[in-house]
Amino acid sequence: MKRIVPIGPYHPLQEEPEFFKLIVEGEKVVDLEINIGYNHRGHEFLAQKMTYDQVTFLVERICGICSDSHPYAFVLAVEDVAHVEPPPRAQYIRTIIGELERIHSHYLWLGLAGHFIGYNTVWMWVWRYREPLLDIFELIMGNRNHYAINKVGGARRDILPEHYGQIDKYLDLLEEKNTMFTKAVLDDPVIRARLENVGVLSKEDAIAYAVLGPTARGSGCAIDVRKDDPYDAYDKVDWDEIVFDEGDVLAKAKVRLLECFESIKIVRQCLRDMPDGPIETRVDEITPGEGICRHEAPRGEVFHYVRSDGSNMPARHKIRAPSFMNIPSNVVAVKGYSIADAALVLAAVDPCYCCTDRTVVLEDGKKKLTGKDLLRLSWQKTERLRRRYRR
Amino acid sequence: MANAKLWGLKKSPWVFHVAAASCNNCDIEILDILTPRWDVERFGIVLVGSPRHADALLVTGVLNRKSLPRVLRVYEQTPKPCLVICVGTCTCDTHMFAPSYNVVGPYDKYLPVDVYIPGCPPKPEAMIIGVVKALARL
Ligand code: SF4
Repeated sequence: MKRIVPIGPYHPLQEEPEFFKLIVEGEKVVDLEINIGYNHRGHEFLAQKMTYDQVTFLVERICGICSDSHPYAFVLAVEDVAHVEPPPRAQYIRTIIGELERIHSHYLWLGLAGHFIGYNTVWMWVWRYREPLLDIFELIMGNRNHYAINKVGGARRDILPEHYGQIDKYLDLLEEKNTMFTKAVLDDPVIRARLENVGVLSKEDAIAYAVLGPTARGSGCAIDVRKDDPYDAYDKVDWDEIVFDEGDVLAKAKVRLLECFESIKIVRQCLRDMPDGPIETRVDEITPGEGICRHEAPRGEVFHYVRSDGSNMPARHKIRAPSFMNIPSNVVAVKGYSIADAALVLAAVDPCYCCTDRTVVLEDGKKKLTGKDLLRLSWQKTERLRRRYRR
Repeated sequence: MANAKLWGLKKSPWVFHVAAASCNNCDIEILDILTPRWDVERFGIVLVGSPRHADALLVTGVLNRKSLPRVLRVYEQTPKPCLVICVGTCTCDTHMFAPSYNVVGPYDKYLPVDVYIPGCPPKPEAMIIGVVKALARL
C-alpha cells in the first residue's frame, strides 16, 4: 500500500525551506514530489529597478553558498552587452576567487553529506578546514561570505602581494587535508556502504533531465563550461576535468573531492602567472543590446541574460541557476531506495533552493497563468521592447 | 513553573533554526558556530530538529507570502517563553528586497522579536554575542 511521508517545509534535513512528499511502499520510496517556492524573493523583478552596480550586490544575495557565481555571471553578461574587456589582472583575480569559492562550496557539501548520513565527525573535520579559507576571503575582500569582488569591467579589490604567501600556505594545508579526506572517503567502510550504489542516476537519465555540474560529471557526462566555453583566465591554465561513470552518490562525492585538487592547481597557476596592471576598465556606457553569460558555478552552469536599453538599469535580467536543472533529477535518483537513504540522495545534487525558487499565481486554486500564457506574454514584451529600441 | 523554564533556558538554550526566505549564508554561518572553531555546544547551545523542543528561534531571511504563515505556525508550536533572535539584515529590516512583490515586511510586524543581529551575514562572533545579550536580559 502506498503511503505519503511529508517532509518540510521546516525540517532538520536541509537548511532551506522546501517541501518533499515521499510516496513510500513500506520502506521503499516509489515516488517523490518536490514543492518549492518558499524562498522566492523576486530577484529578476528587483534587478530591473536597480542600477548595474547595485545589481551585482543584489544577485550576490541570491545564494550565499555560491555568492561569487551569480555576480560573476552577471558582470560577464553585462560585459557582453557593453563590449568591454576587463584588464588581464582582473580576469585572473576573478578566476582565483571563483576557484577558491568552488573549494569552499564543495567542502560545505561534503561536511553536510557527512552530517546527513549521521557521521558528524566528517562534518566537523571538513568544516574545520574550510575556516582558513573564509579567513582568506576576509583578508582579501573584507567579508567571510558575500565578498563582492566582481564589478562590471573588472574586479573591485586587488589581491595584494602580501596575500600571496597566505594563500599559498593555505593551499599547501588544503592539499594535504584533501588527500586525507579523499582517502578517508574512499577507504572508510561505513561511508562506502552508505554512498556506494545509492541514488544512481544513469547517463541516459542525466541527459534526459539535462543535469549540470558535478551531478552530470558523476554520471559520465563531461560537461564543464570552463573547458567547453572558457572565459577569463580559464583558457590560460592547465587542469583536468573529473568525470566518473557510476552515477551514485559516491561518484558525486569523488568528483567534488578531486575537483578541489584541480581548483588548487588552477589557483596556483593563476597566482604564478598573474600580470601586474590595473584591475578595472572604466565603463561609461552600456550600449543597448542583449548579452548572455555561462559560468561554471560549483553546482554547474549558471546562465544570465541581460537586456539593456541604454539606461543605467537592465531592461530585463533572466537568471537560471544549475539547481533548477539538477533538483528534478532527484525524482528518478531516489526511486527504489529506502527512506533512510532519501535524505542523502535528495542532498546529493547539492540542491540550492534559493537559486531555484519560482512562483506561480493561483486564483481559486487554479493556476492563473500557465506556462503557455507566460511564454506569450514574454514574446509580446520582447516585441514591444524591440519596437521601442529599434535603431 | 515559568521560572524553572527560564532557569533552564538560561543554562542551555536549545535553538531551532527557521529560514524564511534567506540566501543561505546566514544559515551556514549558524551551522558554522557549531563547528570546531566556535563550538557553541560548549555553552549548551544545541540546534534541535523540532520547534517543540526549542527555547529560542533563530530566524533568517526575509518573510515572503508563502513562508509567513509557516513561520507563524512554527512560532505557535514553540513552547513559551521563547526567544526570537533575528539573524541578518534581512530579518532586521527587509534589506534590499523591500520593493519586491513577494516580500511582506519585517519580522517585528508579526512576531515579538528579542534580539536583532544585523550584518550580511553577521560574523559568528556577533551571533554569539547576540545570544549572550538575549540571555543576560532574562
Ligand atoms: S542578511 Fe544577507 S546573508 Fe543573511 S540571509 Fe539576508 S542576504 Fe543572506
